[in-house]
Amino acid sequence: MNKQPAIKLCGITKSFGSVVANHNIDLTVQRGEILALLGENGSGKTTLMNILAGIYQPESGEIYIDGQRVSIHSPEDANRLGIGMIHQHFKLVDIHTAADNIILGNEPKGLFLQKSRFDKVRELSERFGLSIDPMKKIYNMSVSEKQTVEILKVLYRGANILILDEPTAVLTVQEIRRLFDILRRMRDEGCAVVIITHKLDEVMEISDRVTVLRKGESVETVDTASCDIRKLTELMVGRPVELSIDRPERTHSGTLLEIHHLTVESEEGVRMLDDVNMTLKKGEILGVAGVAGSGQRELCETIAGLMPIKEGAILFNKKNIENMTARQIFKAGISMSFIPEDRLGMGLAASMGIVDNMLLKTYLDSPGPFVQKKEARLLAETITKKLRISTSGMNAPVSRMSGGNVQKVLLGREIESRPQVLITAYPVRGLDINTSYTIYDALNAQKQAGTGVLFVCEDLDVMLELCDRIMVLCHGKVTGIVNAADTTKEELGLLMTNAQRKGDSPNAE
Amino acid sequence: MQSNFLSRFHIVKKAESTGWKPLFLSFLSLVVALIIGGLFILCLGKNPITVYGVIIDGAFKVARTGAYVFKTIGYAIPLVITSIAVSIAFKMKFWNIGAEGQMIAGAIFASYFALFQSQLPHWLLLIIMLIAGAVGGGLLGTIPAFFKCKFDTNETLFTLMLNYIALSFITYLKDGPWSETPGFPGIAKFAANARLDIVGGVHIGWIFTVVLVVLAFVYMRYTKHGYEISVIGDSVNTARYAGMNVNRVILRTMFISGALCGIAGMIQVTGIEHTLGESVAGGRGFTAIIIAWLSRLNPFVCILFSMLFATLTQGCSGSALLKLGLSPAVADILQGMILFVILAFDFFMQYKIVYRRRNDA
Repeated sequence: MNKQPAIKLCGITKSFGSVVANHNIDLTVQRGEILALLGENGSGKTTLMNILAGIYQPESGEIYIDGQRVSIHSPEDANRLGIGMIHQHFKLVDIHTAADNIILGNEPKGLFLQKSRFDKVRELSERFGLSIDPMKKIYNMSVSEKQTVEILKVLYRGANILILDEPTAVLTVQEIRRLFDILRRMRDEGCAVVIITHKLDEVMEISDRVTVLRKGESVETVDTASCDIRKLTELMVGRPVELSIDRPERTHSGTLLEIHHLTVESEEGVRMLDDVNMTLKKGEILGVAGVAGSGQRELCETIAGLMPIKEGAILFNKKNIENMTARQIFKAGISMSFIPEDRLGMGLAASMGIVDNMLLKTYLDSPGPFVQKKEARLLAETITKKLRISTSGMNAPVSRMSGGNVQKVLLGREIESRPQVLITAYPVRGLDINTSYTIYDALNAQKQAGTGVLFVCEDLDVMLELCDRIMVLCHGKVTGIVNAADTTKEELGLLMTNAQRKGDSPNAE
Repeated sequence: MQSNFLSRFHIVKKAESTGWKPLFLSFLSLVVALIIGGLFILCLGKNPITVYGVIIDGAFKVARTGAYVFKTIGYAIPLVITSIAVSIAFKMKFWNIGAEGQMIAGAIFASYFALFQSQLPHWLLLIIMLIAGAVGGGLLGTIPAFFKCKFDTNETLFTLMLNYIALSFITYLKDGPWSETPGFPGIAKFAANARLDIVGGVHIGWIFTVVLVVLAFVYMRYTKHGYEISVIGDSVNTARYAGMNVNRVILRTMFISGALCGIAGMIQVTGIEHTLGESVAGGRGFTAIIIAWLSRLNPFVCILFSMLFATLTQGCSGSALLKLGLSPAVADILQGMILFVILAFDFFMQYKIVYRRRNDA
């Protein structure tokens, strides 16, 4: 094996305006190794990897690939050096097939696209054990399928240095396991793999070494085997952190939200929710678990008045909300901080600053034809302080903030609107551990104030600790509502796939 | 492995510059444009300074018949109004390419009152014509918005095609129903009663334009409507999530955009042309699109660029260039070059080109 490290970074510095994202960072990755890059939101992980991928150029510092000094000016350069990055936000052409996305930029010679490209892609996918339909269009794909396409795209170009930016954030447990198998296989074949993740148990499971960044500097690099989660957290945050989530006793009683026989269909007429019955009580956190795409999104959007009800009823304080507009529902006290798969697509206006985004649901409340920004500015300052949002200014476009900060803006606004029902979907997705705990605390504070919280999440461990009850969805059906204190991960896992199994073989039970 | 010469040039997006810098660069682009235009004139064997002098003269000279600058301002007025009109639609990412047609619709609606109701008291007539112009343009603007909301049609094509319908409608009116002498195409001149008054050398439309610019700026920047327009321009899903009635905002905004164009048409027809003809919009609706982009949708900056375009057009329109031995077509080429340089600068404000040497990477 080549003794030179696959990647060697020396003294990389990169700043954006007055913000130093990377300061004098050193990093090495060997071939046949998986390195986890760990750090809080905004610690500069993504920036550093984008430098490797040719998206940013560092102001100073040296990059060596296999011992050769290189400078990477563009993604094409990175490509040529065998570096492939799978971004947090997928970069796929929605209306094209999987195969066409994979060969894009590396099309075979000739005027016409050959039918054989589908077979070629299928072969490639089978070789790496990544099952995918090459002829499927991207817009018809689930998140995990899209990610598989991204990985194949990189492999198709012959990358042997693989960078994955939070690849597991959008995947289910099974999909993560599959992804890790792929990564291990690639490592064994002599690839160098860098993975950015916030989930410490994943770091422990997959990585050989861990490099921890804090505030744009590399703090330490450790062998995973000689380390534990507590130590990593300490390195990341810079001080010891309490790692258990509180579950305060419920102090309120009464029902806020009742859902009876709710059936919802997508615009294409596909049944997304099927005869759902549930209640949400005052001062409780109700978890919603399920494989991605089991109807979580539809449930949230229907309660918030963004999707039409096909059958059934939603009663809020015993009043049917079926014919209310989204605005009326919000006024009545149901607030949704839905964090969709693409963060800025819904909930925030990307080109506006924090202040203007605070106004999104309340701009109509002030009298007169003009927008009143005074209160919004105060609110923006409050949540910035409370949730420790780092930003270059209250009016800087939120699209330029890091993912975690964007999420804090969104959640902060919803919590501050003091709703009776708070719907949050994936509120800590992509957030570092410290911020995640800030958010759990905020949710618990809401609970204690009597708010009913609907908490959609993919992390079962967190749900078991935080929620009072957990409802499991599978293919739009409720397969069970259990007390979080008396259940196990395994039981939830069974419920999550229950209906699927029934569907596959009707005689199984 | 490709590594030919061209592939080593890369277009890289720059960090967004803010404050006065873009404005300064816009000004610089004008200077560079004039220098390049000057080189072109040199190639034709003329002295650029003389030619520019002639153009400036043509746009600003004080002649026996009145100061030319008033003509230039008169030319700029509909450009300003239509460019703020499309700016409002563009802010919402609604690509209104139909300013031309909306201007014509406004002119037609206003002309009806000028031709057939001219006995009304002067000011009442003008106000009615103004409202008619706004309604005419507004309605034509609302049609593509309606179909966009209802059937998700492509507004670019829709607004574009309506331009041709509106233009042909003038021809139809001229040939038949509104013809001055039956059998001969042509619409009568407006009665003096139906013409705009002159204030300070230019028809009163200029005061109105200044007011509109301020109103449009305030509307886009400070009102709830303006806020809704920005949010929808950013993300329709976010707007829906915030409880906005997206379709209503789109319809309303396109009515306003169209209405402004209609007002421009009304001002042009009653202030300058004094009759209805096919040249009433004369491509201004398209020029407005360029002005709106160059001004970055800022109404005040629209005034500056409108004046620039008016100066070029007006300055080149007289016979002075001919006397120098230059075809008037040279003026068009010059205009094209200047526009091209300004647009190129606009590109370089947002992107830069990076060249890599062979041994890199």
